[in-house]
Amino acid sequence: MAALVIAEHDNASLKAGTLNTVTAAAKAGGEVHVLVAGANCDGAAQAAAAVAGVTKVLVADAAQLGEHLAENVAAQVVAIAKNYSHVLAPATAFGKNVSPRVAALLDVAQISEITSVESADTFVRPIYAGNAMATVQSADAVKVITVRTTGFDAAAASGGSAAVEKLEAVADTGLSSFVSREVAKNDRPELAGAKVVVSGGRGMGSSEKFHEVLEPLADKLGAALGASRAAVDAGYAPNDWQVGQTGKIVAPQLYFAVGISGAIQHLAGMKDSKVIVAINKDEEAPIFGVSDYGLVADLFKAVPELVAALG
Amino acid sequence: MKILVPVKRVVDYNVKVRVKSDGSGVDIANVKMSMNPFDEIAIEEAVRLREKGVATEVIAVSCGLTACQETLRTALAIGADRAILVETDAELQPLAVAKLLKAVADKEQPQLMILGKQAIDDDANQTGQMLAALGGYAQATFASKVEIADGKAQVTREVDGGLEVISTTLPLVVTTDLRLNEPRYVTLPNIMKAKKKQLDVLKPADLGVDPAPRLKTLKVSDPPARKAGIKVADVAALVDKLKNEAKVI
Repeated sequence: MAALVIAEHDNASLKAGTLNTVTAAAKAGGEVHVLVAGANCDGAAQAAAAVAGVTKVLVADAAQLGEHLAENVAAQVVAIAKNYSHVLAPATAFGKNVSPRVAALLDVAQISEITSVESADTFVRPIYAGNAMATVQSADAVKVITVRTTGFDAAAASGGSAAVEKLEAVADTGLSSFVSREVAKNDRPELAGAKVVVSGGRGMGSSEKFHEVLEPLADKLGAALGASRAAVDAGYAPNDWQVGQTGKIVAPQLYFAVGISGAIQHLAGMKDSKVIVAINKDEEAPIFGVSDYGLVADLFKAVPELVAALG
Repeated sequence: MKILVPVKRVVDYNVKVRVKSDGSGVDIANVKMSMNPFDEIAIEEAVRLREKGVATEVIAVSCGLTACQETLRTALAIGADRAILVETDAELQPLAVAKLLKAVADKEQPQLMILGKQAIDDDANQTGQMLAALGGYAQATFASKVEIADGKAQVTREVDGGLEVISTTLPLVVTTDLRLNEPRYVTLPNIMKAKKKQLDVLKPADLGVDPAPRLKTLKVSDPPARKAGIKVADVAALVDKLKNEAKVI
């Protein structure tokens, strides 16, 4: 039996997390098939067929699948899930929305946010904000899984040549409909997959200062901007910038924590970063317990200096 | 319109849990327990909808040990009208809880069910979506705004990169995100009032549900430790380390 990856895509192309999910699927189930459910999603289907290690792409192309509503996408997955030993999706807003619905319809457990595949039925996942790692075994016929993308390397986006097969789209459940989407446009890399992340905390003091101080540093490093929950709660940064237990999990090459004290909920979202730099005026701040390089300084002086020093 | 709000008793968010030395789990003996923070947001939203006249009754429900009655009393103090405890000593996983909640929903016939998006102990983020699947209900996860009118709901959702608005039929399962509201402080008079509110106790067998776990936890271990690095004297030293030691810029 093969593993099925539910592709996250925008109809034209694949979202990055899909590639990490393919890697996890290959470890769990051997042969990997990808389901692309969308509308006019030929671009995404072709992209999926080119991913290294994918042997088949199944395409369900219909208007009611275009906006990735959970009810319709889950019904599409369930229609073919019985053919698979594993059904996997990235642990993103998309995957977390769809995947548990699939699991319950199949009357199986979901294994959330796995970071490692031990064997075909045994997986490791973080609990308690990453303060403990649980190794869990599933006896269900189909293992429904969401994949923490930072736990797996991305599969190569090219080199594959999978067969593309059309599926009959399931009927619209009629339970919900798409109204609108407001996506902030900027030139920065996506937070979840960025190589460098610059995050600010409550120490930024205001929304104006947050942007004024951190944007030049992010520009200089080609970094994504992130924030602690405290900064989001204070209104300094939008919610989708939140890094932590209840926000995004990131593991960039380089992570800057600026004016962030280092609550366990925040550490849960960034402690797998390769190199962590902390800038905070409080030398007792817990963030210094996980940082590789700590600078005890007034961030309003240190960050502009740093920008200047980077040339 | 009735609103059903499931609430979970979890280790308080300020407690840093310790893994037991035998690897069987985390040590939660004698630690402070509280209502899951996202569930507080869920209760608050339901009570506000009743205060606005959109809903007529808010029913809080919890599944688990007898001690979950404390959590339900907190929900009643925030403003829920009555409470139901599905009492069991069994280990409950999200699918079992969703089945129990579906059975309660069949009895109570709520038009709206509001759940926290995830519990901060098992971090599963599943129960709401599973309840919606089992009931054949619409779902609106990670909500930051909920409006009910003319037998329909319009919900703003927090998604990667921004916000999404969907329109749904009722009954609907909503899961809460952080910005949906700020829960009120519970006052002493309301705590006293909550003690007199109705709290019914059921067993899983009364609901015809087998709550047996599907996943077996083989072991629980500490995460890989990250050791603290060094403090640098100034910005110049930091840049030097990043360039020449870590080689990341």
